[in-house]
Amino acid sequence: MRSLLRFLRSGKIRPSASVLIPLIAGLYVAVIILLPALEVVSGAFAKGLQPFLDNFESEELHSAVRMTLMMTAIAVPANTIFGLSAATAIARRQFPGKAFLLSVIDLPFSISPVVVGLMLVLLYSPTNGLLGGIVTSLGWKIIFSWPGMTLATIIVTFPFMAREVIPLLEEEGWDQEEAARTLGASSWQVFWKVTLPSVRWAVLYGLILTTARALGEFGAVAVVSGNIAGQTQTLPLFVEDAYKQYDTELAYGAALVLGGVGLVSLLLKLLVEQVIGGNKETEPMN
Amino acid sequence: MAPASPARLRRPALPSWLQLSWSWRITWLYLALVLFLPLGAMTLKAAAVGPVQFWQLATTAEALATYRISFGLALVAALVNGVFGVVIAWALVRCSFFGRRLLDSLIDLPFALPTAVAGLALASIYSSNGWLGAPLDALFGLKVSFTWLGVGIAMMFISLPFVVRSVEPVLEALEREQEEAAWCLGASPRQTLLKVVLPQLMPAILAGVAQGYSRAVGEYGSVVMISSNVPFRDLITPTLIIQKLEEYDFSSATVIGMVMLMFSLVSLLVINGLQVWGRHWEGNPV
Repeated sequence: MRSLLRFLRSGKIRPSASVLIPLIAGLYVAVIILLPALEVVSGAFAKGLQPFLDNFESEELHSAVRMTLMMTAIAVPANTIFGLSAATAIARRQFPGKAFLLSVIDLPFSISPVVVGLMLVLLYSPTNGLLGGIVTSLGWKIIFSWPGMTLATIIVTFPFMAREVIPLLEEEGWDQEEAARTLGASSWQVFWKVTLPSVRWAVLYGLILTTARALGEFGAVAVVSGNIAGQTQTLPLFVEDAYKQYDTELAYGAALVLGGVGLVSLLLKLLVEQVIGGNKETEPMN
Repeated sequence: MAPASPARLRRPALPSWLQLSWSWRITWLYLALVLFLPLGAMTLKAAAVGPVQFWQLATTAEALATYRISFGLALVAALVNGVFGVVIAWALVRCSFFGRRLLDSLIDLPFALPTAVAGLALASIYSSNGWLGAPLDALFGLKVSFTWLGVGIAMMFISLPFVVRSVEPVLEALEREQEEAAWCLGASPRQTLLKVVLPQLMPAILAGVAQGYSRAVGEYGSVVMISSNVPFRDLITPTLIIQKLEEYDFSSATVIGMVMLMFSLVSLLVINGLQVWGRHWEGNPV
C-alpha cells in the first residue's frame, strides 16, 4: 500500500505500475478462481488414482450421467433450431420493437435459475400449477420428472445461439442471399447453402456455449427435479447431494468430470475464437 | 398493397399474425411455450395473491433478511469486482508479463465451470481445513465457508468475468495519445487516470458491475454449497424460495419469486441503458 502511494506521488507511473498491476490482478484471480479450480483436481485424487476410479462404479452416478446427457441431447438441438430461426427472422431487418425483442430473448440470462424453475412449477405442478388440471387429466408427469427438467434446461440455455448468430448475420448483409434468390434458389435452399455456411463458426460457438451450460445447469433443474437419486438426479445435482451426504470422494469425482467438461468447452471456445479471428483477417482476400 | 383489391383475387384470408415466414412462426411459438407461458403463469399466480397479502409475504422478517444478503452482499461483491476487474483488464490490455494468456483464460472459468463444481471447490478451499480457509482461521480467526463471508466470495467468483470482459474492449480502443497529451499539458499520472481515463471507462465499468450484480443476486448453485443456509444468517433469497416450495408454501414462493423477477427486469433495463450510454461515449469521445 505504501509503495502504491509512493509511486502515485513520484509521478513515475510506468516502472512500478507495470509490476504492481499484473501482480494484484494475478493474486486476486489466484485466490478467487485458480486455487478453487485446482482444489477440485487435488481433492478428486486425494487418496490416489484407484479410489478415484472406484467412484465410477456408483450406479447412481451412472444414472445421473445418463439423465444429464439425455436432457442435453434434447435441449441443444431444440435451442439450435430456435436460435437459427430467431436469427434469420430478426437479424438484418429493422422493425419497431426490435431492441425490445432482443432484450426479451436475453431475459433468461438475467432471471435467477431458481425463479425459472419456480415458474415451471407454477405452470405444470399437478396440485398448484396453472395448467395442473390439464396435465393431470392427460396423465403427464412434468414436474419431478425429466420433461420438466429438460424444459428448465431449455429455458436457461436458449439465448446463447441466437445471441451468437444475430450479430454476425447483421454484419454480413443480404447481398449473397439476394444473388442466390435471383438465380432461382428457394428460401430453404438459400438458408442451407448460403446463410448457414456463412455463420457456421458462430453456430459452432453457440453450440459449445449451449452444451456447456446445459450439462452444468443446477438451480433451475434443482427446483423442478425433486432430486430423487437414481431417477431425476443430474450430474450437478449428484455433486451437491454427495457433498451434503459427506461422500466427499464421490462428490469430487463427479465434480472433476463436470469440471473437465467445462474446461474442454473453454478450450474449444478459445480454438473457435482463434479460427474466427484468422477468418476475419483472410476474408478480404477471397 | 392496395387495400381495395377485389376479394376474389385474394387468397383465403388469413389473420395477419399467420402470414409470417416460417422463421418468425418458430420464433414466436418457441418463445410463447418456453418463456411467455411460464412468465404468465407466475404473474397470474402472484396477482391472485392480492396486493395486501403480497406486500405482507414479500416483507416478512425472514424474506427481508434474505434480501439483505442477496441484494446487499451481492452489491458489495459486484463493487469489489468493479475495482479488481478494472485492475485485471488493465493488466491484460496494457501490461506484458509472464502468464498473461493464462490469466486471460482463467477469467472465463466462472462462465465455463458448472456452478455446482464452483460451489464445491469454494466451500472446501475456504473451509476451516482448506488451503485458504485454514490460514485465515489460524491467523485472523476468520471463518469463511458456511458464513456470509463465503457467500460473498462465491458471489465475487461468479461476477468477476463481467467487469473484466466489459472494460477490456473499451480500454483497448482508448487512444494513448489522449493520456500523453494530458501528461504533456502537465497533468500528473493520478490526474490523467482520474480525469482522462476513468471517465471514458465508466460506462463500461458500470455496465459490467450491473451485469455481475444481477448475476450474483440470482446465483444459486455455487452459493448454496458454501452457505450454511440458516435463516437470518446467510440464507439467500433463491434458497428461501426453494425452502418455501419444499414446505408447500406456494404463495410465499410465488411472491418472493416475483420480487426477484421484477428486480431482473429492472436490472435488464439499467444494463441496456448503460450499454447505450457506453456506445454514445464511443461515438463522441471527449
